Amino acid sequence: MRGPMSWTPDRRRLLVGGAALIVLTPQRALAVARPPREPTAAAIRRFAGEAEIRPGRVHLDLPPLVENGNAVPLAVSVDSPMSATDFVRRIAVFNDKNPQPNVITVHLGPKAGRAAITTRIRLADTQTVTAIAELSDGSYWSATADAIVTLAACVEG
Amino acid sequence: MARTLINLPKTAKAGAVIEIKTLISHPMETGYRPGPEGRLVPRDIITEFVCRFEGEEVFRAELFPATSANPYLTFTTLAERSGTFTFTWTGDNGFSQTESAALTVT
Repeated sequence: MRGPMSWTPDRRRLLVGGAALIVLTPQRALAVARPPREPTAAAIRRFAGEAEIRPGRVHLDLPPLVENGNAVPLAVSVDSPMSATDFVRRIAVFNDKNPQPNVITVHLGPKAGRAAITTRIRLADTQTVTAIAELSDGSYWSATADAIVTLAACVEG
Repeated sequence: MARTLINLPKTAKAGAVIEIKTLISHPMETGYRPGPEGRLVPRDIITEFVCRFEGEEVFRAELFPATSANPYLTFTTLAERSGTFTFTWTGDNGFSQTESAALTVT
């Protein structure tokens, strides 16, 4: 039998609780999907129209910490058999905080063999980059990646 | 004429997927950067890159100021028969350049 005081938070419980709070906080922050800003949302609508954009099938590879925003390696690939009837038609990449929302748009076809491209882009600020792929059946798939930029592009002369 | 680098295998087996790497020297001036006199330097970028195989388009990219200077692009294509790839970059101020590379399919 424990006494009536057994429920009072002791040192151990406080420590465990505090640690759990620290572990949980950043995960909750990440789980909140920030909607893209107005120009980016408009650019995505210009690309995809009113079609539903589902997350998945697209892999966006961007370094999480960018030293120089003037040349950031970017790789996008899409899970697709790239056959004559099932292929990726277009891939577009959008950013959230550059002066212009578009980064690059590529047009592929069944002859591409693989839906995978790489390039180097500019990032003006710490921000979220979104890649959206249009498949031959008219469906749209997306992926996002966050990048922390220490030296921003465009700002310095 | 801007300098270009195009890297693709000289030969490939029929049906193989080959990777093509391209790079062109170009400042890709964004139009948002102040010049020495404090005024913005006017935009001067490459807006489009097209890769054709024997005249048929296999890959096209629309570029924006967010592409780094000296645009670098890699992509893949299916090697089906021997032929010539042509690579065309077009951009602001009438910029246009075409290069070609041959592929032998065995």
